[in-house]
Order: sequence, then C-alpha cells, then structure tokens
Amino acid sequence: MTDTRLKIELRTSPHLKQAVTVEQIMRNVVYALLPVCAFAVYAFGISVLALLMVTTLTCILCESLFCRLAGQPDTVNDWSITITGLLLALTLPPGFPLWMAAVAAVVAVGLGKALFGGLGSNVMNPALVGRAFVQAAFPVAITTWTPAFMDERFTQFIPSTLTLPFMQPPDISDWLAQSQLDGFTGATPLALQKFEQITTPAIDLLTGMTAGSAGETAAVLILAGGLYLAARRMLDWRIPTGVLLGAALTSLPFWLMDAQLYPSPLFVLLSGGLMLGAVFMASDMVASPVTPLGVWIYSLFIGALTVVIRLFGGLTEGVMYAILLGNALSPLIATISQPRVFGGARRGTKS
Amino acid sequence: MNLRNLFRRNTFEHGVHPAEHKELTCGLPIRRLPFAPQLIVPLSQHAGAPSVPLVQAGQEVVRGEPIARADGFMSVPMHAPATGKVEAIQLMPSARGPKTPCILLHVYAGSSQDVLYGTSRDIDNMTPDEIIQAVQDSGMVGLGGAAFPTHVKMKPPAEHNVDTLVVNGCECEPYLTCDHRLMLEHADRLLAGIRIVMRALGVQRCMIGVEDNKLDALAAIAAQLPDNGPVSVHAVQTKYPQGAEKMLIESLLGRRVPSGAFPSAVGVSVFNVSTLTQIGELLPLGRGVIERVVTVSGTGVQQPGNYLVPVGTPVRFLLQHAGATPRTQELILGGPMMGMSVASLDVPVTKAVSGMVLMEEADADLRERAVQPCIRCAWCVEACPMHLNPSTLGLLASKREYARMADEFHLNDCFECGCCSYVCPANIPLVQYFRIAKAINREQAA
Repeated sequence: MTDTRLKIELRTSPHLKQAVTVEQIMRNVVYALLPVCAFAVYAFGISVLALLMVTTLTCILCESLFCRLAGQPDTVNDWSITITGLLLALTLPPGFPLWMAAVAAVVAVGLGKALFGGLGSNVMNPALVGRAFVQAAFPVAITTWTPAFMDERFTQFIPSTLTLPFMQPPDISDWLAQSQLDGFTGATPLALQKFEQITTPAIDLLTGMTAGSAGETAAVLILAGGLYLAARRMLDWRIPTGVLLGAALTSLPFWLMDAQLYPSPLFVLLSGGLMLGAVFMASDMVASPVTPLGVWIYSLFIGALTVVIRLFGGLTEGVMYAILLGNALSPLIATISQPRVFGGARRGTKS
Repeated sequence: MNLRNLFRRNTFEHGVHPAEHKELTCGLPIRRLPFAPQLIVPLSQHAGAPSVPLVQAGQEVVRGEPIARADGFMSVPMHAPATGKVEAIQLMPSARGPKTPCILLHVYAGSSQDVLYGTSRDIDNMTPDEIIQAVQDSGMVGLGGAAFPTHVKMKPPAEHNVDTLVVNGCECEPYLTCDHRLMLEHADRLLAGIRIVMRALGVQRCMIGVEDNKLDALAAIAAQLPDNGPVSVHAVQTKYPQGAEKMLIESLLGRRVPSGAFPSAVGVSVFNVSTLTQIGELLPLGRGVIERVVTVSGTGVQQPGNYLVPVGTPVRFLLQHAGATPRTQELILGGPMMGMSVASLDVPVTKAVSGMVLMEEADADLRERAVQPCIRCAWCVEACPMHLNPSTLGLLASKREYARMADEFHLNDCFECGCCSYVCPANIPLVQYFRIAKAINREQAA
C-alpha cells in the first residue's frame, strides 16, 4: 500500500525517446572535422593552427555575446558554433591575416546566424557567409596561396598571417622566393588548370600535396569524415553524393568536347573546395531542404552550379557561391518537393 | 509463390526501432488477477455513443449480466465484470482526463464469481447479420487499443468489396506482450474467432501478420493450420508502427489504403489478435466482454507479468499487485509510444487497455531536456510512416497556422504514432503539437 506515495508525473506520448541530441550530432561533426584540421596544420604549419584558433575562439565569443545581447540562453554548449569556427578556418588560405579571419568570424556569427535568430533559423551556412564577406572585402588576401609542406612551417609563421589589424598584408613573393620554392607560382590546382591548362595529378589532390585553402586539400580525410557521419546517420549521404554527381555530370560533356581546355570530371571532384563543401557545408542540416526529393534537387543544383562558375565565371572556384545560392533556394525547393502522403493521390491531382 | 513475393520484404517504408524490452514479460504465462473490492465500469469505453445503464444503485448483479445497453449502432453494451452490488452511477476520472459516468460495483468477496449468464449458440447455423448482432451484444470493441466497436467493422460500406481478413498480431509497441501470450496459449480460440469473422464478412482469405520477434507465436498458430487452407500466417519485420492497420496492410498485401479512407477501400478488414481470441471464446457461449489480458511491465514495476484483468479494475489495485519501485515517475496505460500517462490511480482498466507500463526517472531524464530549435535534420521526415513532413508541420504549429497544416500538409493523416517525437534530437514535442492543432481545427469546424 505504498503506492499512493509515488510521485507520478504526467507527460504526453510518446513516452520513449531516442537518445540522440542536437549536441551529440554537432559534437560528432566536430570529431569528423578534427582529422581534416590536423592535416591542415601538418601541411601548412603553425599559421593554420593560429587561424583555426582565432576563428573558433572568435566565433564562440561572438555567439556568447550575441546570445547575451538578445537575452537568450547561451547556446555555445550545443557545439554548432564550434563547427562554424573550424569550417571557416578550413576555407581560408593558410596565410590569411589573422585579423581578417577574426572579421570573417564576427560576420559569420553576426550576419550569418544571430541576425536570423540563432541555430535553426539561419538561411545560409554561417561559415560561408563569413567567407563570402571577406572574399569581397579582401580580394587579394583571400587569393594569396602558399605551398604545402614548407620546411620551416612549424617554426615560422607565413609573413601575412601576423599582419597588424587594419593593415594590408605584406607581399609574400619575396619570402616565397627565399624559401627555395622557385617553382611555386602561387597558384592552386584550379587556377593552374583554368589559366594554364596544367592538370595536377589526381593522387596529389587526393592526398593533399597541393596548394589551396587550409582544409580543402585532403580529399581522403574529408571523405573519411563524411563516411563516419553518414554511418552514424548524422549526415544525409544524399547531399554529398548529389553534389559530387551534379558536378561530375555537368563537367563530363565539356571534357568530352575539348579535353585540352576543360578539366576532367575526376579533377573537378577532387580539386578546390568541392569535397569539403559537399561533405561538410552543403550538408549543413539547417540550410538544406528536409524533403527527400528536395535534397536531391538541392545537391545536384549545387554541384552543377559549381562547375558552371568554375568553367565560365571569372573566379577559379565556385563552391562557396553555389552552396550559398543553394541554401537560399532551399525553402523554395522544399515547397515544390513536399513528400506525397501515404496513400495520397499522385502529384497534380487534388484529392 | 511468384518471383515478386520472393523478393518483397514484409514491411512498410519509414518507421523507427525503439528498444523492445519484451523479454521482461514475454515468457510469463497469463495469470488471473484477483478481483478488486470495487470495480469502476465506465459507460464510454469505446468510440461512439456511451452505453445506457440498465441497473440502479443498490441493485445486485451477477458476473456476466448486461448492466448497460448499446445506444444505437455505433455503441456496445456492458456486462458486469463481477458478482456484486451496484453502489452508484457517478462521474469518475478517466485516463483521458475529464470525469465520465461510471457504474461503481462493490464486489462480493465470498462469491464464486462464476459466469452463469449467456446461452450457447451454434455459429455455423447463423447468418452473417446474426453473427454481427451477436458480436455487438457481446460488447466487443477493438481490444488492440482503438476501442472501435467491432461489429461496425464487420459491416463495411456496400460499395467496398472486402476480400481479405487481416489479423494484427504485430504488437509493435515496446514492452507489451499480451497479444504474444494469447497467440502462444490460445491459438485455438484465435482461429475460432477468425472463422466466425470470416463467415460474417464473407471472405475467403485470411492473413495473420506477426512481427518476426515472436516466431514462437507464429509457430504455435502455424501448427494448428492445415496446409493450403484459407488462413495463412506471415512474419513481418519488427518495426514500429508495424501494427498500425495501414502499415500492416501494405506489409502483407502491398496495398496502400488511400489517404483519409478506411481499409475496406482496398478490400481489407483488420482485426486485432486479442479481439478475435475473445470472439472465438465468447461468441459460442453467448457471453460478453468482462475481462482482458493486460501486460504490466516497464522499468518501474517489481513483478512484471501478463494478467487477466476484470474490466473496471482500478489502476491502484493493479499497482498494488505488481508493485512499483520508489523511483517510478510515470504510469502509462497502453504502450509507451501511444499510451496515455494517467494522473489518478482511480482510473480503471477499460476494454482498450492492453498494458500498464511504469517508467522510472532514468527513462524520464531523456525527455527532461529543454526543447531546442528545429535544426531540420529531417529525421522526422524519414521516420513518419504516413510520409508527412513533421518538421514543417511543427514549424507551422509554432506559428499557429493550424488550418494550413490540415489543408496543405495532410495533418489529418497523422495517427499520432509518435515516431517523429521519438527521433527528434531537438526534443520538440511534435505529436503533442499535432494533437493540439487537430483539436483546434475540430473546434473551429464545429
């Protein structure tokens, strides 16, 4: 007769709950990004380490500050802002001035996320918003590349990294020449292909032996991270698949028409930021459509647009704008791709 | 068997896989629970019009005697679950919350509690209409939980040509094992019930669907079936909500019930194992539904089991017999996915209650987390067996656009299985939003 002393609570069904939380999803994305970050530091040295720390810390501080200003609970603990910080650094050139990186981080959090109402409300991927801003604001710095695996990368910063705030970065060509790297033209594989029709071997692209943004060079590690997340169902496998498929299919006819002028689909997939974008950015849950059909439209669109920008645009790289545009379109894509209800009439016929 | 059937997996799209926890009770034979000193028999235990009492306060009743009559076709009678004296007819709390009229029965402790009521019938000489009348007279409702009057389902609309009886032995709710035990222990009664209902429906085919986590039950039924008979038993994938009738029809027959329609639209009638077992037992004897098997389980229960419980037994009495651990925080009538948590221990076990699940704090902790914003992970879209878009529905609900939810996003196809809330990493109570939206839409339509 002890039962009457039970403290019974009332809840609504279902009374069971799958034990995966938003924090866990976000934390696992961070785990998947860590090998990519580690390789970036290994390939480009302490400059990238500083870059990663600056963007991540700035993002976390800004998130905390904006939450406080908005009178909202602090959402730093959900790890999503850590992803933004890491991704932002990975999309920047290794020698990007730290103060500019901090600006990018502030814009990413402020304009990309907080302005819309925080996690879940942002229209576009915050990291890419930040990068798009500095691409427009500092066009030279964001296209100044340094080679990977320089001898003194662990003891010496790339000179442009430590540019004083609000100053222009120094010209690093002298410094590059000193570092007995005469062959280096300061061009990424994409630029080499586009302007000089020199195709970097696929194996170099796969293993990150090339110049490029800090985290975009190691296609193998990015893919491994993506596979890990997809296996844990924390990443929609259809998005990377769709983006890569869209890019390959769009570039194929051009390559068949003129293999000298246009890059092969394999080169398109492995070069530049496509892999990083496809696996970690286009797949941003918040900014991608929720409908199964919509996901395919969205990802194929991003892949195709990337190739169009690369081949016919003024820029060598188009992943960022393609994803941002895809993000912006995803609400529209969702409205035209609502799932057909179980036992519902075919599209077009109103029941 | 043609090639298509060979490769077709017996299942439906989407759904979830909650931990089953059936091992707590699936090996425990059905045991009879003693009579509580007082039984509370609600007049509305079924969908449709409440029954009309036939007894008055102070009147003595015999176990099995009708104590309330059906009020029209969409209603069923009630029978006295025990020999005793009617104390009062008054309002008592119900699992849903509001108080409803109930017949309070004081049980005579010294009575032998024999069922002396009822006259045996020869089913084989009855017409379908007579069988349907007999089913209504027995007070039978869907014992799987829906509590829809069974005889109404036996009279499908004339324009629908029902050709198959589907028997629902899935029991996809975690913890519950009452149907499992019935199939194991009373397969003969089940098959008798199937024969009666097939006769009434005039169908030549019956398919029994059993989830493949209880193959022993499947074997027990198969052992009593002749080869190439009209009745066949099939294993279906263990996945929640396999036991939802539209899901089971797709799994077994590959037919999709149109949105907003009943199974009879695709020529199928679905009956639950518990219902058919009781029909098979009671109809030949001419008796009424006075008890049912209830699984008592969960992390908070001391003596889990499958109990044969008289209708009207208060939850308090059941709890005293099974014992609750001190950390028990939640008391659910039905299964944990769709059941209702009850506020009062005076709530009675009704015909539709298939289980009582007690949950400890540890289980509750997960749901104590704050509700976070939707991150559009689309897990709910992948889980929804009705192919709805719970993510968008949830966002619309938070903007109170209830009419749009129903008009553009098929809100009324939601049968509240709970898959979306179950998977939501942001802990958004989607199902509850949808219940509220439906209620408000109903109010505005009225």
